[in-house]
Amino acid sequence: MIEFEAPVIDWAVLTPVLVVLAAGVVGVLIEAFVPDRGRRTTQIVLTLAALTGSLVSVVLLWDRVTTEGYAFVVDGTFLLTPFTLGIQAVVAVLAVLGVLVIADRTRTGQDAFAPTAAAVPGTTYEDAAREAGLQQTEIYPLVLFATGGMLLFPATDNLIVLFIALEVLSLPLYVLCATARRRRLLSQEAAFKYFLLGSFASAIMLFGIALVYGFAGTVSLEGALFVLVHPESQVLEMMPSLVIAGVLLITVGLLFKIGAAPFHTWTPDVYQGAPTPITGFMAACVKAAAVGALVRVVFTLAAGLDEPLRRDLEVGLWAVAILTMLIGTVAGAVQTDVKRMLAYSSIAHAGFLAVAFVGFSETGAGAVLFYVLAYGLATLGAFAVATLVREQDADGVVLGEATHLSQWAGLARRSPWLAAAFSLFLLSMAGIPLTAGFIAKFGVFSAAVAAGAWPLAVLGVLASAVAVFFYVRLIVLMVLTPPTEESEHPEHVEDGAEPAAAGTSRADDAAPADDAAPADDAAPATGTLTAARATLARASVVVVASRGPATVAIVLCAVGVVLLGVVPQVALDWAAQAATFRPLQP
Amino acid sequence: MMMSGFPWVTALVVWPLVAAAATVLTGVGRGRPASGAASGGGAFSAGTARTVALVGALVEVALLVGAFLAFDTSAAGTHQLTETYAWIPALGASYAVGVDGVSLLLVALSVGLVPLVILAAWHEQGGDHVRLRRYLATVLVLLSFMVVVFTARDVFLFYVVFEAMLIPAYFLVGGFGQGAQRRYAAVKFLLFSLAGGLVMLAAVVALYLQVPVDPATGLRPEDAFLTDNLTGLALDPTAERLMFCAFFLAFAIKAPMFPVHTWLPDVTQNATPGTSTLLICVLDKVGTFGMLTLCLPIFPAASRWAAPAIIVLAVISILYGAILAIGQTDVLRLIGYTSVSHFGFIILGIFTFTSLGIAGSSFMMLNHGISTGALFLLAGFAIARHPRRSQQIADYGGMRKVAPVLGGTFLVAGLSALALPGLATFVSEIMVFLGAFARWPVPVLVAVPAVVLAAVYVLLTYQRMFTGEVGADVVGAKDLDVREKTVAGVLVAALVVLGLMPGPALDYVREPAGVSVEHVGETDPEPVLGALEGSDQ
Repeated sequence: MIEFEAPVIDWAVLTPVLVVLAAGVVGVLIEAFVPDRGRRTTQIVLTLAALTGSLVSVVLLWDRVTTEGYAFVVDGTFLLTPFTLGIQAVVAVLAVLGVLVIADRTRTGQDAFAPTAAAVPGTTYEDAAREAGLQQTEIYPLVLFATGGMLLFPATDNLIVLFIALEVLSLPLYVLCATARRRRLLSQEAAFKYFLLGSFASAIMLFGIALVYGFAGTVSLEGALFVLVHPESQVLEMMPSLVIAGVLLITVGLLFKIGAAPFHTWTPDVYQGAPTPITGFMAACVKAAAVGALVRVVFTLAAGLDEPLRRDLEVGLWAVAILTMLIGTVAGAVQTDVKRMLAYSSIAHAGFLAVAFVGFSETGAGAVLFYVLAYGLATLGAFAVATLVREQDADGVVLGEATHLSQWAGLARRSPWLAAAFSLFLLSMAGIPLTAGFIAKFGVFSAAVAAGAWPLAVLGVLASAVAVFFYVRLIVLMVLTPPTEESEHPEHVEDGAEPAAAGTSRADDAAPADDAAPADDAAPATGTLTAARATLARASVVVVASRGPATVAIVLCAVGVVLLGVVPQVALDWAAQAATFRPLQP
Repeated sequence: MMMSGFPWVTALVVWPLVAAAATVLTGVGRGRPASGAASGGGAFSAGTARTVALVGALVEVALLVGAFLAFDTSAAGTHQLTETYAWIPALGASYAVGVDGVSLLLVALSVGLVPLVILAAWHEQGGDHVRLRRYLATVLVLLSFMVVVFTARDVFLFYVVFEAMLIPAYFLVGGFGQGAQRRYAAVKFLLFSLAGGLVMLAAVVALYLQVPVDPATGLRPEDAFLTDNLTGLALDPTAERLMFCAFFLAFAIKAPMFPVHTWLPDVTQNATPGTSTLLICVLDKVGTFGMLTLCLPIFPAASRWAAPAIIVLAVISILYGAILAIGQTDVLRLIGYTSVSHFGFIILGIFTFTSLGIAGSSFMMLNHGISTGALFLLAGFAIARHPRRSQQIADYGGMRKVAPVLGGTFLVAGLSALALPGLATFVSEIMVFLGAFARWPVPVLVAVPAVVLAAVYVLLTYQRMFTGEVGADVVGAKDLDVREKTVAGVLVAALVVLGLMPGPALDYVREPAGVSVEHVGETDPEPVLGALEGSDQ
């Protein structure tokens, strides 16, 4: 007779994740039961409350984990270390800011999402949905599920749970990518690409997990490490290729999510096609979570490798770092689309992060933690700004985002504060001193030099110089280049005197005006960017005023970037404390 | 280390920021009535903005006087008025400032030039008041950065400001310049500077990791980046050389030195003369100042190792800059190239490792700032008198007849640039030559013809612009008004006073020069000390 022993679960440790996932479930119920009128507000309030709650529980757990070192819950499916909490805090903060941007409908009264994503683009069903004023509030539960996955991702010691967390965070994102209100074909194409390549990467990672199980006989990370370092197991002597293949395949799966070359090819298309608020959320939060998981898993396994295998892994990471920095900066320099440029910038940053991986040290983990926070704030802020710079047709109807670089010319004259904020984010990404990005870069390069990888640091510095070129090019464009079509459309639009059509939509939130989407969608439907450019040439550029949330997000990001740049001591101390990514050895 | 008493340096750093904020705020609230009523309100606003900026800059001068009075000249070689506060202990960075004789003179140069630049810019920016207001505010922000960079006693602080300074400088060139290619010039300037700066960053990181770890805590000290803590580290020779090269590259680009000087003429051609004054006369001194106060003490062995190559490059700069200056047709570009030549002298002096040469270089940093600043601003006054604002030398002629004061002051500034005895630059140039000759006789002999070349470019320019037939475009030009005379008068007076009585100023640079020679581990060749005494007379 087998006696069933109920596991003792320390629920408190699971709170940060559970709050978010539970809220996601509640969000689904809200979709079913709450009437249309109040649904959106309810969802937003619930989402923000859940994420804030998660953040608060992270803060409350902080003291406990810094004194006790770690918490091992449910047989290690959940392993809380200071580093895990650090990543969870970063993800929660960035998710709150991201949701603020997602929730902003701007003065046009329309959010960035299709009225009903299930409608085939260009059909009458789609038109009917738009005219009926439908709105897709499932966005918010999806965001919560994705965030839940991200919170779990760096917090598990069990490789199967790691895989589940990866899927929980990825699947909602695939859906979210497909929900753009405008340029829907691009959006769906992006989602499809992301899904295909993402599944492929998940499969590779799963294969890696299988190989690890093959030599360790366990899917527990600490268990695998124990097997690796145990003198009697002789795993390293007997099957070194199995070990290195397993570790490398898991690393590849994680590098895919980070967007590191050569697993980066999805990034530009997905970042461009996804609804911009989702792009911002994805770029900031997924990177943080995936980097967290990578540090947890790969750093831990690396501790168990012997010298030759460790070198193999390091060579791999060197190659990835160099290639990623190179591709990110060089390809970024020739982009003509703001979102694509930010996508390549995000790839470049993945490269800078990878610089800190080499050495697998706690210094590196702390540097990475600060880096994802600094990078996340700047990236989220930048994409938030991008949601507000719109096109406008000849009738004054506000269309989709003006993402072609030439359309950003002279933005500083239309909207000096917005341009200033965007410049600040770009300067931070470029790593100019007195912004967060500088301190972050200093941290990762120090970690690399301390690990003896000074050539990598030098390459990183040179890549930064190239990256500066394209960030500065955009600043020049906004600040110093005169706008091309300014004369046609005066600046009053942002002051509230929107043209008639936008005004109507403001009067009735539930029924967004027809935004001339056919013209907008027709261009990508032809499948060429040239046609899209032709549309751009006809449209003029306008800065729509935020309803508030996006402005709050931009201001918070800007304040964060400046504070982390000028007085980073508190954050650095915190990152140093949170650098412990493994349970303390007894 | 902490000195009780008034925090003069911090006051000098913070005050320009306050003044900049005040300058910007003069526009707040005035904008609406001005646009509603008429241009009258706007003009009033602009007048207020520049008055506020000027008063702010003059208060800064008063603060500077206070700092001078608090400074003990007899101990000019040690840092005084020091303030040290923990800033980012986790990275070993502190807010540590203080001045020795050289940095005090360079702060004085920055603080002294800014009110003149503001006065000279009185009617600039094409009458666009908003632009003028922003321009003046940016100048004041830049002043704050310049004070920090010259007084920083912490390498991290120095580096942060060294890089951050580029942003206001970039906007001064690209946003407020007058040339058609100002954006190109601004981007070129930024990319050159950042390339150097980022390479230096790698070395800054590497340098930090050379600081020994405290065995008790396993961490590096919280003030690891203090220059004093970095001086005298036992560095691995290869690492030291690499780090030296990274630092030197950044400073050579900034200075600018052949072959990384090419951004400079584009900037001077396209920026306003005021911006050029700040950029070339003050900001670029950060390069030579950095070589003197960071490269020499922190990397002494590498400095000695690299000196021959640097001397050669410096001599090339001296001759090449002078020759190219002769060939220029644009007066602002010409002045830019003369600076390449002069910076060559300064760098030559520093790497002589003699107290005479280094003292001469330190003094020359001040003199070059004044004489070149005078040339830029006076050329700007001449250009303002041209109906098309032409910068081409050929478009002028005979201006001495219509604007005698302008011609006279331009000539004095030019003569100082060619190091005429009795004017400031002569003293420093002769010190550099004497100091260098003791150690590097051949390069000095090669460089000496530059003195003749200097006479050619200065006098030819003067001849073409100010003598002969009055140019058709400038026939009706008026002479300098009171505002412009003030600017010109102050600068010329400074040149004459420093030329005739260099003694008091030399008191500030002599001791720091001795300290530098000591840091680099050299001793002065004997006969030169006698010459130092001789040149003071």
